[in-house]
Amino acid sequence: MNHGRTRFVTGFLAIPVALYLIYVISPYAQAFYIALTDWRGVSATPRFVGLENFRRLLDDDVFWRAVGHNLLLLVLMPLLTVAVALFFAFLLNAGGRGGTGGIWGSKFYRVVFFFPQVLAVAVVAVLFQQIFRPDRSGMLNAPLMALGFEPVGFLSDTDVALWAILGVLVWQAVGFYVVLFSAGIASIPRDMFEAAAIDGAGGVQLFFRITLPLLWDTIQVGWVYLGIAALDVFAVVWVMTAEHGGPDHSTTVMAAEVYRTAFQYFKFGYASAMGVVLFFFTIGFAALALRLSRRERIEF
Amino acid sequence: MTHLSRRELLRSAVLAGIALPVLSACATPSGGGASPAAPAAGATSAANPLGLVDGKPLEIWIFDGGFGDGYATDVHEPLLKAKFPKLEIKHNTTKEIAKTLQPRFAGGNPPEFVNNSGANAMDFGALIQDGQLADLTPLYAAPSWDDPAVTVRDTIDPAAIELGSYDGKPYVLPYANTVWGIWYSRKLFEAEGWQPPKTWQEFLDLCETIKKSGKTAPFTYAGKHPFYIYETILTLAAKIGGKDVLKNIDNLEDGAWKAEPVIQAATAFAEIGAKYLLQGTAGLDHVQTQTAHNKGQVAMLPCGSWLENEQKDSTPADFGYAMFPLPDFGSADALPYGTLHAQPGEEYVVPAKSANPQAGLEYMRAMLSKEGAGKFMELVSTLTIVKGAGEGRTLKPGLESASTALAAAGDNAVWFLLRKWYVEMHDEVAAATGQLMNGKLTVDQWAGRVQKKADSIKNDSSVKKFKR
Repeated sequence: MNHGRTRFVTGFLAIPVALYLIYVISPYAQAFYIALTDWRGVSATPRFVGLENFRRLLDDDVFWRAVGHNLLLLVLMPLLTVAVALFFAFLLNAGGRGGTGGIWGSKFYRVVFFFPQVLAVAVVAVLFQQIFRPDRSGMLNAPLMALGFEPVGFLSDTDVALWAILGVLVWQAVGFYVVLFSAGIASIPRDMFEAAAIDGAGGVQLFFRITLPLLWDTIQVGWVYLGIAALDVFAVVWVMTAEHGGPDHSTTVMAAEVYRTAFQYFKFGYASAMGVVLFFFTIGFAALALRLSRRERIEF
Repeated sequence: MTHLSRRELLRSAVLAGIALPVLSACATPSGGGASPAAPAAGATSAANPLGLVDGKPLEIWIFDGGFGDGYATDVHEPLLKAKFPKLEIKHNTTKEIAKTLQPRFAGGNPPEFVNNSGANAMDFGALIQDGQLADLTPLYAAPSWDDPAVTVRDTIDPAAIELGSYDGKPYVLPYANTVWGIWYSRKLFEAEGWQPPKTWQEFLDLCETIKKSGKTAPFTYAGKHPFYIYETILTLAAKIGGKDVLKNIDNLEDGAWKAEPVIQAATAFAEIGAKYLLQGTAGLDHVQTQTAHNKGQVAMLPCGSWLENEQKDSTPADFGYAMFPLPDFGSADALPYGTLHAQPGEEYVVPAKSANPQAGLEYMRAMLSKEGAGKFMELVSTLTIVKGAGEGRTLKPGLESASTALAAAGDNAVWFLLRKWYVEMHDEVAAATGQLMNGKLTVDQWAGRVQKKADSIKNDSSVKKFKR
């Protein structure tokens, strides 16, 4: 009887496990293997070079700049996104008088905040390229220039470009987390807010004493997602910036370097080595983030 | 829930490690067996000197870029078909050459003819390194399409053969001829009484005059693609120091980027960058700067001879495109006035491991006929490597100007190959030159950086090196 059930379960599991092995695990394994060769993408017989690619990665200035940019985004993008999204979500759901409802017009804002989420990343990038244009046709520079200021090279000044990218990433991500956090706030019992309000708590206290602690689980999930997204940034950088990560490598990220090395320099072995490093960064981050943010759960 | 997903993540990492040795046996590059023997050529004859096997398919892939693919379907394919009516031509077009065709090269069944162009072209070095491309020597030795007494080699610009050669063997046919220079509107220059400058001092004076006029900015380049400006720097360096300056750079010679002519040329353009650029240049792409040019917001820009055709929809009818070659830098210039960068481009190859490479070569022979080249020239408005292909055909003013400048340059046409040989090198030079023009790098820092990249490529064993 029991034996029959095992066979039944095994039979059902075999196909999905096989598919998983072939389409998820084996590409990883292949990337690990290719990282040990100097394959250039056309030969049927790649040459095995051992850890040479990883040794060269150590001296690759551009790659380490990309890592630095990813780490900067890893810290700032979740922080800003979560902060802004929390602020908006609080205003929409508990910002009204007495903490019992959203501010005036919150239903409308909820839709507007979600807009960026509906657009494809490539569309967002092209849109912001126009907004950031460094001449009179740029939406941000036109008023600056009309007032007699020098135009800002949002995407052409090496000191500014990465911050412009960060702004776009946050702008794009906020909408989704407003919705996520709104759902979280909505599940907090109303009477908690009411009781606190009756006891004389203001908006700030309501936020820090009630909303934030009760929303911690949701924020934690959002944080991990945003962190992985920050390590995975590619399309915005690739489409929006000059030289795909420029000017002068000032906005490049790991994924862009992997792509460039593989599909423009045709160094698939070396690119795979970068991919392996990115893989461990991401896994490491996910493990670390979940461990650090573990906290006692509050039941309600 | 969070617990589970973390475990799962870690477990898959471990699993990947365990599965590695097993699965690596079937890792991506397929086959690994001996490459198939080259297909046998058919019988050769006066009408079929390359031994094309009639009746076998000829699969053609054309890059869908600035030239489109109409020249293949309307000019070259009918030309070949008229001679070999049984030949089955399979025409294809794509914007993504590498993504579409690279797997077929790796899999051992490439098509017969490829227009390997555009931003997503395959790397020529990698293809040649792996023996994927057919040697074009038989094509150049064959009698030409129009006159059996003359070989194909004698009907085309010799620079095209040199540029398409790797380690002395021709593998690549660059078909269109591009002439580079500084472009201006003849109408604007005539209206303002400005003259194309002959010396560097005249050039600076002209920039100053234009700047003072307040009507238009003197100079711009496609700031987002600094290739356009490093191209002029290298051309000026060659004019100052001779063709060897560029040869040394292409050959990755020690200190080639720190040679005096290169430093002088970079200094000269850094000054232009500091004083005379259109505001916002660094953030504009080629179309935006060219449009500004058409609108009269800027007077001069460096570009290749495709400019007129690329801008045909937004250029005012009486704009009068014209170009001038780089002015003389000093009296000690190694090359005379009129020296310019002319480079056959738009590359075509015949994959060696295709089923019918002779048909690919024969197709090239048809392209190189007077009719094939002349109609191409009219259709896409560009020069070709075929001598005298434009005879009796009417050219637009810009193309006419480029054609005249090329003829005047004669043997003093210069070129460089680093962009084709070492894309990485090209990207680094572009990135650094953009910063040089913005004043964020000094000339010495610029030269140091690009030299460092050249040295690192020289020491990279996975990249095949070429010499010219």
